Amino acid sequence: MSTARAKGTWFFVGFALVALVIAGVLSYAADSDPDGLDSVTRSGCTEVAGELHGSCPARHATEHGLAGSPLADYTVGGNDALTGIAGVAGVLATLVLAFGLFRLLRGRAPSGEDGSRKR
Amino acid sequence: MTTLAMHASDGVLNAPASLLFGAVAAVGLTFAAIRARKELDERTVPLAGLVAAFVFAVQMINFPVLPGVSGHLLGGALAAILVGPATGALCVSIVLVVQALLFADGGLTALGVNITNMALIGTAAGYVVAVALRGLALRSRGGLAAVSFVAALVNTVFAAAGFVVEYAIGGQGAVSLGGFAAALLGVHVLIGIGEGLITAVTVGAVASVRPDLVYVLRARREQREGVIP
Repeated sequence: MSTARAKGTWFFVGFALVALVIAGVLSYAADSDPDGLDSVTRSGCTEVAGELHGSCPARHATEHGLAGSPLADYTVGGNDALTGIAGVAGVLATLVLAFGLFRLLRGRAPSGEDGSRKR
Repeated sequence: MTTLAMHASDGVLNAPASLLFGAVAAVGLTFAAIRARKELDERTVPLAGLVAAFVFAVQMINFPVLPGVSGHLLGGALAAILVGPATGALCVSIVLVVQALLFADGGLTALGVNITNMALIGTAAGYVVAVALRGLALRSRGGLAAVSFVAALVNTVFAAAGFVVEYAIGGQGAVSLGGFAAALLGVHVLIGIGEGLITAVTVGAVASVRPDLVYVLRARREQREGVIP
């Protein structure tokens, strides 16, 4: 039982490490070209000094309301050499939010074992 | 605007359409939260949290699909296969909320649209495919990988189709809908191949270590035992 539990723990630790390495290290290798949605919605427009001109689906797209925030565009203060740090922060923020929400939502355990640990 | 935008921005759809899909997202997430209570238990809560974090991480990795065009994972099928459709929809939604609020990626008024497409439509489409092909997934590791690939590809294309419908309802640019639909769906078939490969590798890796945690593999047995209604 204890070895099964240890295996479980290592699995979760390993999964978290993989996510952190992807966001913290592999993110530097990401393709910086616009993604499919961005590319197709901008096709037909040309960008002049940050403004879209012409005729395209994204013609009236506006700048993000939080574009000046510290981690905007997966940078730290606009410095994209720190993308890895922004990525790690995002993984941790997502993990905390998701884990918190799912703990709240968790169905009550069917019997005994967990019954005493309900909040 | 040399921003790294990965999802729909504000202003692409008009205000009524943004509101409409904000409401669709709210209703969908309410149902997801109710159903997720049945999918989640002591054992699967940690995995669900990690799946959300993993989807966030992998969404950062844009891969090339055409000259000058990239794609990235959406993650709905991946999450649904590993932790269930309702929990999976919530995982992707949390990622989209974190991206919109912390990373200025994906518009604020467009959040409902992005959740509707990637968290609700994509996840549901991927899950339906995975369940339809569950016999193959249960047969072998290779079968599971193949099912994951197809479910993820369908998830990507359906999420893009969702955006076409929304654009038809409330798009603000003067372009032909047919040409837009063809271009958007075409590029998302290519992105879906990448999404399929990432999903197959990830699900395969989890299943090789902890097959007992993979929702699509355990749901049938637990349904019989009455654990999942």
